[in-house]
Amino acid sequence: MTASVEELKSIASPVVVDARGVSCPGPILAAKKQIGGVAVGNVMEVLATDSGTLKDIPAWCRKMGHDFLGSFEEAGSIHLFLRKSK
Amino acid sequence: MAKKTIIVFSGEYDRLMAAFIIANGAAAMDDDVTMFFTFWGLSALRRTTPSGPPSKQKSGLQTAFSAMLPKSTEKAGLSKFNFGGAGRFMMKKVMKAENVMTVAELLATAREQGIKLIACTMSMDVLGISKEELIDDIEYAGVATYLGEADEANVNLFI
Repeated sequence: MTASVEELKSIASPVVVDARGVSCPGPILAAKKQIGGVAVGNVMEVLATDSGTLKDIPAWCRKMGHDFLGSFEEAGSIHLFLRKSK
Repeated sequence: MAKKTIIVFSGEYDRLMAAFIIANGAAAMDDDVTMFFTFWGLSALRRTTPSGPPSKQKSGLQTAFSAMLPKSTEKAGLSKFNFGGAGRFMMKKVMKAENVMTVAELLATAREQGIKLIACTMSMDVLGISKEELIDDIEYAGVATYLGEADEANVNLFI
């Protein structure tokens, strides 16, 4: 179950990882690098342009045990949200 | 934590990309990754200039083999459409425009992520490659080490 775009946009100050312009496996490498600095329970937002991230970030979350909240595309960028859960 | 093992037998640029992308992806998903480099795959671990004279005497044939093998991942040809290196040049041009990581960058990332790199000593002997011609901080072993690692893994690839 994923959140609506409005709900995702209303998330207050998530940690933002900008992986726009990089191709696979860049976005998950960037996510892995940054997740350490996120407190458990907080939200991280991954920005990407590689359409594969729409599947890859949820798969990364399942493997890592984080909650994938949802995604939306806006102005050529993909915004993906996840909650660090451990 | 799961574990993945990858045998890197091929030395072509596209195959090395596939091997390193899978390895780095798995490491980014918190998996333990071991890459075992054998035969043509050894060229991925070569340094441009040896760190010293070879510790093991090479025969004429071994010298010829090691001289013909690429001394950098970025010199490796493609498995298809290589056209004497022109194909690789063109592919790298597209890769750069698309921000795709080069094999050299993927190797550096693999090391940052703590991926275990093992060179097969038997194929080093066959191809006349000494430890001084390979990058630092790698391990040297044979088939039993690889099999031992593969026993613990849930994915094993031969590339």
